[in-house]
Amino acid sequence: MAEYLLVIVSAVFVNNVVFARFLGICPYLGVSKKIDTALGMGFAVTFVMTLATAITYVLYYGVLVPFNIQFMQTVMYILVIASLVQLVEIVLKKVSKSLYSALGIYLPLITTNCAILGVALIAIQDKYSLVMSVVFAFFSAIGFILAIVIFAGIREKLEDADIPGPFKNVPIGLISAAILSLAFMGFSGLVK
Amino acid sequence: MNEAINTLTRGFIKENPVTKMLLGLCPVLAVTTTAVNGLGMGLATTFVLIGSNVVISMTSKMIPDTVRIPSFVLIIATFVTIVDMLIKAFSPELNQSLGIFIPLIVVNCMILGRAEAFASRSGVWYSLLDGIGMGIGFTLALLALASIREVLGSGTIFNMPLIGEDGTPLLVFALPPGAFAGLGAIIALMNALEKKRGVN
Repeated sequence: MAEYLLVIVSAVFVNNVVFARFLGICPYLGVSKKIDTALGMGFAVTFVMTLATAITYVLYYGVLVPFNIQFMQTVMYILVIASLVQLVEIVLKKVSKSLYSALGIYLPLITTNCAILGVALIAIQDKYSLVMSVVFAFFSAIGFILAIVIFAGIREKLEDADIPGPFKNVPIGLISAAILSLAFMGFSGLVK
Repeated sequence: MNEAINTLTRGFIKENPVTKMLLGLCPVLAVTTTAVNGLGMGLATTFVLIGSNVVISMTSKMIPDTVRIPSFVLIIATFVTIVDMLIKAFSPELNQSLGIFIPLIVVNCMILGRAEAFASRSGVWYSLLDGIGMGIGFTLALLALASIREVLGSGTIFNMPLIGEDGTPLLVFALPPGAFAGLGAIIALMNALEKKRGVN
């Protein structure tokens, strides 16, 4: 149990996907102008990240390792993620209209969200068990939501701030992210 | 000829993929702790970009429009696998320090962006020039940020010490906050320079 708790704290705070691992920076900067859209993107990422990590984990140990073709990892993972995103989109469209209209527009963007591929790769690299990988993926996504929602809140305030010309939009966003990641470094003593 | 030169050079500064188009920022922030890492990542990405640009420009007429994106991703993934194996074989240290960011070149949105916006609708020759130019621009941006972070954060450049034994480097620049702040400053500087040039 303690082991799981460590992975959870580490995934959400200490090794936050955005602030410590630098994964998913594009959606982090792109869709974080409003808290609503940030939440929508966050939920879509959670959904796909958890599913993708579980599926790629099973395929890695079920197919790639027995046939000794681990070098196909990158190609297989990106194919799995791309088709999974398509599948999720189709299923959501049929099953839940409201969920589809909430998450639909974010789904195509997720294929090139490196956080999904990155987390799936880290789960293998750190030699987690299947259950641990799923827990790790889910809470990494929670960490992503945390980062993107906090940042969206800051950006909503920045809209009204008087910022020097060259720093408008992305540069000031990156500087705010620097201060945020400095704050997140305060968690680094929690997990060894 | 002019057009060829323009295709090659516009990626350096004017349409730099990192500072101007803000593409592929994850590796830019993650691996730029030392200049060697930045250069290695830049060259690896350039190799993939040139390869995928050339192959995509040759095959784009054969690929049906509906499966365009998956096919492009597969072509890119092939080149990433090649680069991954090459780095593993020839430079285990670089492989160690770049880590999962080598396989992650596959989701670098700059590469897919160039495939979609340029290579799929241009000839092989121009796509090759575009790949080289954008690759150099990407490498330049990585090298600039990596040099700043290495000098300030570790007090070295290309692993050569710059400060004496008793000097203390600004550790924060080697850590994640330094990456965000450094890139923000570089982009702001580029914006300011561009504005100044526009006025004159």
